[in-house]
Amino acid sequence: MNQQELREQENRCIQEQAPACAATCPAHVDVRGLADGIAKGDFASAYKLYRKAVPFPGIISRICNQPCQTACLRKDLGGAIEVAALERAALEFGSHDAEAIKPLPRKAKTVAIIGGGISGLTVAHDLARKGWGVVVFEAGDRLGGGLWKTPPDLLPREVLVNDLKIIESLGVEIRLNTSVGRSGGNGHSTFLARLCDEYDAVYLAVGPHSSDIPDLNMNENGQIAVDPLTFQTSLEKVFAGGDVLRTSVNFPTQEIPHSAILSISDGRRAATSMDRFLQKVSLTASRSNEGPYETRLYTNTDEIAPQAPLIETDLSTRYSREVAETEAARCIQCECLECVKNCEYLRHYKGYPKKYIREVYNNLSIVMGTRHSNQFINTCALCGLCAEVCPTDVDMGEICHNAREQMVEQKRMPASAHDFALQDMAFSNGEKFALAHNAPVGSRCEAMLRTYNEFVFFPGCQLSGSSPEYVEKSYAFLREAFDNNVGLMLRCCGAPADWAGRKELFANSQSEFRAEYEKLGKPKVILSCSSCYQMFQKHYPEVEILSFWDVMNEHGKFKKREFSAPVTIHDPCSTRYENHIQDSIRDIIVKMGGEIQELPLSREKTECCSFGGLMWLANKPVAEKMVQQRINESQLDYVTYCAMCRDFFARKGKRTLHIFDYIFGEEKSDLAAAPTVGFSQRHENRARLKEKLLRELWSETMPEQSAFESIRLVLPDDVQNQVEDRLILVEDMQKVIEYAERTGKRMFNASTGHYLAYYKPTSVTYWVEYTPQDDAFLVHRAYSHRMEIGMGAQK
Amino acid sequence: MSQYVDLSAYQGWACADCGEPLKPGKVDISYLGNSFPVELLKCPKCGLVFVPEELALGKMVEVEKALEDK
Repeated sequence: MNQQELREQENRCIQEQAPACAATCPAHVDVRGLADGIAKGDFASAYKLYRKAVPFPGIISRICNQPCQTACLRKDLGGAIEVAALERAALEFGSHDAEAIKPLPRKAKTVAIIGGGISGLTVAHDLARKGWGVVVFEAGDRLGGGLWKTPPDLLPREVLVNDLKIIESLGVEIRLNTSVGRSGGNGHSTFLARLCDEYDAVYLAVGPHSSDIPDLNMNENGQIAVDPLTFQTSLEKVFAGGDVLRTSVNFPTQEIPHSAILSISDGRRAATSMDRFLQKVSLTASRSNEGPYETRLYTNTDEIAPQAPLIETDLSTRYSREVAETEAARCIQCECLECVKNCEYLRHYKGYPKKYIREVYNNLSIVMGTRHSNQFINTCALCGLCAEVCPTDVDMGEICHNAREQMVEQKRMPASAHDFALQDMAFSNGEKFALAHNAPVGSRCEAMLRTYNEFVFFPGCQLSGSSPEYVEKSYAFLREAFDNNVGLMLRCCGAPADWAGRKELFANSQSEFRAEYEKLGKPKVILSCSSCYQMFQKHYPEVEILSFWDVMNEHGKFKKREFSAPVTIHDPCSTRYENHIQDSIRDIIVKMGGEIQELPLSREKTECCSFGGLMWLANKPVAEKMVQQRINESQLDYVTYCAMCRDFFARKGKRTLHIFDYIFGEEKSDLAAAPTVGFSQRHENRARLKEKLLRELWSETMPEQSAFESIRLVLPDDVQNQVEDRLILVEDMQKVIEYAERTGKRMFNASTGHYLAYYKPTSVTYWVEYTPQDDAFLVHRAYSHRMEIGMGAQK
Repeated sequence: MSQYVDLSAYQGWACADCGEPLKPGKVDISYLGNSFPVELLKCPKCGLVFVPEELALGKMVEVEKALEDK
């Protein structure tokens, strides 16, 4: 990921976009923050936020036309938030201890502001704060312009006068009763020429008066032409804003819709330009989303119940603290977080994609120091649910997967993160399990007719590990359905390597597969594991694939079964967009007499069981939270069609069936509660499956056993659980004992009679404490570490 | 790293091959190119090293993780 890609990815996440209220407000009052403060009773912080956006809080909170309300997402759910009333409450209950505004030290340049209305005074306020000298020319005998036309019951005069004092406190020079006149004076032909000569910049804010100002260009509507971004007129030094911009010389008597908040916004934006002009820096750089705009923020309001304000409210309503707090609590606090709401993993790290993407990028860019996001990157299940629910399709899975590949390339991938799964994959692609055969030949005639099979069954490594008998039965079914024209291929699809970001390892496994596949005459591959299906679809475009479940649905003969209650289906996340597979599964259950109740998140919105992306290995606590979330979604028995989903749910006590349990399982036994199969047993099951099939179908034998395999272990239950939890396999312990007994390298404890030995087959050192027992070895404990004993461990 | 293990708790162990009781001694433990001298029990004769379970599952995992993230 380079800087530019980072920005593109980051910007797709809309969580940090302004809520509709703030985006619609010309002055971008942080209404959400204001409401949040008030709802918590913190009126002071609410006032501070308001004061930051609005220089005259007393005035504006009483006369604002509240364009924010037209955009408020509460609008149709009980009525828009009463923003101005909350602003008044913030002022009333939160402004007492507010600090007075302190201007920066005085700078040399001075600006002239023509017109003492709200827009001119905003510019005066902002530029005086920045330390520029400010002179306000007002033709009347008081500041405030059109504000004085507001009825006093709406805008009490003391409020008006009080707010205007802010200007005086900033040291602004005010010249009342000073009409700048249409002619120049002081040797100039026009007043603007004179002011431009005497001042460093000028702001023209003469209010709703049609002004044909001789020096300025007008637009086609007869209004003063200004740059819409900077409010600069055709004279470089002269800026204009407020109602004067909305007045046309062509229609001098036309009433214009006045908006105080818009005048403030004009003033703010012009003041930014004038400040930059005085500093001689770019007027246009990095200016976006000024004035009202449409936000990209999405907020799901499906779960929001309608609620009306506590009391009827208009611009003269004064809230008590309690009423204000209640009203503020109606604010939806708009934000997106669609992905976070649906993913335990994204929630666990307490951020959202925009933040995460930046952290991933930083993690990849670190030269020296700790890579704090390694675990974050390796924890993602790569399941794609975030992208599915994201309004802008941000896919954290894709980002994390790319990051893993980069970490591997940079040789920065923690060795411990995925090692166990990669070793498991190596086992499945080794001689103990890997097999590629055409169907056993039934007759000589068949042998003569067929060189190759049209199909090959690829059951995958995990079903073979957990339920080898179902592999046998499903292979028998396929041979019957397709006139024995189906070969068998036992191996791993390479998903662990792909998930771990090991491109090279994955490519190796691909070429191994391709070599076998070509030897079999490129048959159509029938896949029962959804992860395999996903891998084949993504990485083997040249291979024709079929889902076993589609075949089963079409050719299977289903017996009706007893269903005591409806069942619910957990779709494996790797079938997210495989509608045909999801349909076949549902069809099969219905054909067997089952009634289905769907989970709230199913099909394209299904969740991962934590096996995906090797999350379960990289971050056990988060993986367990994922499982817990999923299994809590329904009390009914789950039916799934992935061996790992079944295993992960059942291990946490959720009654879960693999659909094969219905199709091939014993009807009498309670298979939903059947125990799960441990890691060592999975290896054993795969090896036995191969041995059995070779013997029974092809009359072949397995290759020779290694010496360590003859070591017989006795594992008490607690030790069995301990080694399972520590990811130590029977074969690891066998190797240690075989080595210790052969070489004598072991320790002995006379008081317990236990032996202790260690051995490092590849990168992990395994320790086993044991006692010889007849022709076997009783294991008391086993543990492991990656640190090496001795010097010279290579980086 | 030795301060994380009380070696006296493992006094009953001897080297089965040499018959010597294990004695505290300097051992280098290394990972990803980093090496740490630690005091562990070992056979004074053949140098067979004893890494207790609590060290392997405690401090060692911590150091492994920290070095992997460096």
